[in-house]
Formats: sequence, structure tokens, C-alpha cells
Amino acid sequence: MHHDFRMPVGEAKIRALKIGDTVTLNGALFGIRDATQIHMFDRGRTTRFDMNGHAVIHTAPNVRKTPRSNEHPAGYAPVCIGTTTSARMERFTRPLMRQYGVRLIIGKGGLGPDSAAAFGELGGAYLAIIGGTAALETTWVEAIEDVDLDDLNPESLWKFQVRGFGPLLVAMDAHGGSLYDKVTATAEARRATVLAAMGVKA
Amino acid sequence: MSPDKLRIDPQAVEEAAKLLYIRALKVLPDDVKTGFRRLDAAESDGTAKAILATMIENIAVAERTDNLLCQDTGIPIFNVEIGREVDLDGVALKAAIRRGVARATREYPLRSSVVHPITRVNEHTSCGRGVPVINIDFVDRPGALRLEMIPKGSGSENGSFLRMLIPADGLDGVKKFVIDCVMQAGGKVCPPTIVGVGLGGDSTAFAVHVETAATHITMNPVAVNIQCHSARRATAIFTAKGVEIGF
Repeated sequence: MHHDFRMPVGEAKIRALKIGDTVTLNGALFGIRDATQIHMFDRGRTTRFDMNGHAVIHTAPNVRKTPRSNEHPAGYAPVCIGTTTSARMERFTRPLMRQYGVRLIIGKGGLGPDSAAAFGELGGAYLAIIGGTAALETTWVEAIEDVDLDDLNPESLWKFQVRGFGPLLVAMDAHGGSLYDKVTATAEARRATVLAAMGVKA
Repeated sequence: MSPDKLRIDPQAVEEAAKLLYIRALKVLPDDVKTGFRRLDAAESDGTAKAILATMIENIAVAERTDNLLCQDTGIPIFNVEIGREVDLDGVALKAAIRRGVARATREYPLRSSVVHPITRVNEHTSCGRGVPVINIDFVDRPGALRLEMIPKGSGSENGSFLRMLIPADGLDGVKKFVIDCVMQAGGKVCPPTIVGVGLGGDSTAFAVHVETAATHITMNPVAVNIQCHSARRATAIFTAKGVEIGF
């Protein structure tokens, strides 16, 4: 099933998502990364942004500094915006949801068991994007609307305006479903066969 | 110095280093593109086929919009092959490559993905201590200098593993380690990947390459390094005729 969201979204819409569904986002999208979250959750920094009901994407974009204008209100033009590996940021899912009300996390490669539990308890989901397809992804970003914690550039907290951002695949839902668990289980079931085929004695 | 030696101008190396970094980030080599078509033809799963189609579309969008394939500008790596009858100042060559990388980053501009390992300070030049990585080799090719640029993205670089096995673990230990590394890397490293194994399934990987070097009698080392599907590179060859840019 496909879902077309204008951000922010309420909890009921998030809980309706099932793994295998697809989602397209419109409106605000927040870019966040390792350093951003280390500073926010380990070093006590806060943001002026209201991320309640919003989606964050694991990214640090390529940008060009430019004079502020209607087209570039934050003084940055997008150059290439892509997605980084989410697993490094696993421990930040829960505080992002609890302290800031974030509902959706977009990334590549999936998140772990604590994120899955947080999605169930607090009402969230993980949307997978195809890693390494940033040129395409950049065409879905209309503008960089605002930026906070910019001393961490490129790992600032970015506020993008997006249109038709997707389709993204619901890879972890609020019901404990995870496509990554399925793939891992399949791979583990094949491990013994593969090693035997390579002549490895058990 | 004999008069027919190829003289290398550091300024030309700087320009080439800048050009190669940007070009490598934008245009994939033909062998990698062919690899995508081969995997797509062999893939049976519908979702996997759709994902491969998106990756192939991304390659076309990057070329059409003259944009980077991936936001990860990587760790810049230069493999320099110095042929015979080439006259160059090695220290000046390394400095020129570094200047070219810094200029590509500031002038394009590219995201500098390089930070100090302890302070995490980003100089916004894609340079730092030991970066760009410059590997120098001498080859039996007269009158030519080859400069290969690889921006090594770190989604896959974090899927690197090293294990100091012992001789009693045998080759079986090596094989188990490689399989377990690939399983641990899973989907985090932007598959389909290229798996590099150093000693001394469906669309999981384009290829597996094994390199070996002599080792000590006490050791049985194995290293695994993974390359994402955006296997980027660009090359410049300096000869008496000029500079030829390719893959």
C-alpha cells in the first residue's frame, strides 16, 4: 500500500504503516547525523526546531554557500543530498522520538532492536532509501529552508523542503516488523550450506 | 638527466587531481555500469529488480544533471604509477595532489568528509593527517605517469574487518571469517558490493577479489574490505603527448 504524507503526521497514520508499504513525503524533512546527535544527546545541546510529528533523514549533504534569498532562505543551495548508514545512530532513535516527537526515521541499512522497540512503544517507523542514489534523491529536494547547529557543518541539523520525496520502503514498522530481521534470518540459514560448498569442515 | 625523459609539472598534477576527484564522483566506469546490467538480467526477485533499476536511473540522473552520484565524497585515494624515463620531484607531486584535492573541495564545492580522528575537526578541504592517501608504485612503462583517483565511501569502508588468525586456524578459518564479515556488513554497506579479501548469493555482490602477500610463520592474517555499488574511479595518464583522462 502506498501512503502520500504531508508533514507533520499524527500517530495513527504512522501506526497504520506495515513493512513492505511505500511512502512519499512532502513538506519539511530534517537532516541529522552522527555529530548532530552526539551533541544533542551526549553534550546537552538543543535545537530551536520543532520536529514533533516529523521525519528525520540520516544525512550530511553537499551544499553551496550563497546569499540568502527566497529561493535559498538559509543561505545554502543544495548540491548533492544523499543518505548515510543508519546503524551507527541506533542509540539516538529513542531520545529523538521521546524528546522531540520524531515519528519517522529515513536511512539506509536499517536500525536495531532498541529502535524497533521504540517504534512500537512510541509510534514510529523506519523508511528505507536506496543507498548511493543521491543524484536522484537531490531532485526531490526543493530547498534548504533552515539550518541549526551549523558549527557542526556538514553535520548540521538541516531543514529541507521536499516534494514527492520517495517512494521510500517501510522497512521497520510499529508492530515489530523488520525487513532486516527477515534478510538476516535468510542469510544465517544459508551460512552452513555456503561454507560446505567452499569445502570448509564444520 | 637524459633529454628524452618525461618531465612532470606539479601544476599539471594539481589540475589533474582536482579534475579527477570531481569526475570520479560523477561518472561511473563502464565496467561498473556493465556489472549493473549483468546483475539486473540475472536477478529474479521483484523488489531487488526495482532497486537495481533505481540505481541504474541514479547513474543516468547524475550524468544528466551533472551531479555527484552519491553524497559521500569519501576518503580521497590516489594510486600513482611512475613509469621509467620519468623525471619528477616526488615531494612536489604529493603536495600537488593535496592542493588539487583541497581546491576541488573548496571550489566545486564538495562536502569535506575528512576529520581529525581525535578532535573530529573538519578542515573543509577533504585533507588531513595522512589524507589524501597517496600510494606510489614504480612500473615498467616508459615515459608515462598514471594517476588513479578513488573516492572511497565510508558506508562500505565501515564494513572493513581485520583478524589476526593463527596458522592452526588454516584456510578454513579464513573462509569462515570472510563469510561472517559479509553477513555482518549485511545491507549497511550499499550492496551489491565488491568484496575485497586480503591474505597476508543473488545480487549480493558484483565480485570477490583476493589479494595475497607473504606472511610470517606465526601469522595467518585476513582482512576484508567492502566496496559499495558506486565503485567510483577516474584516471589521468601523463605522456609526452599530453594528459589523457579516463577510468
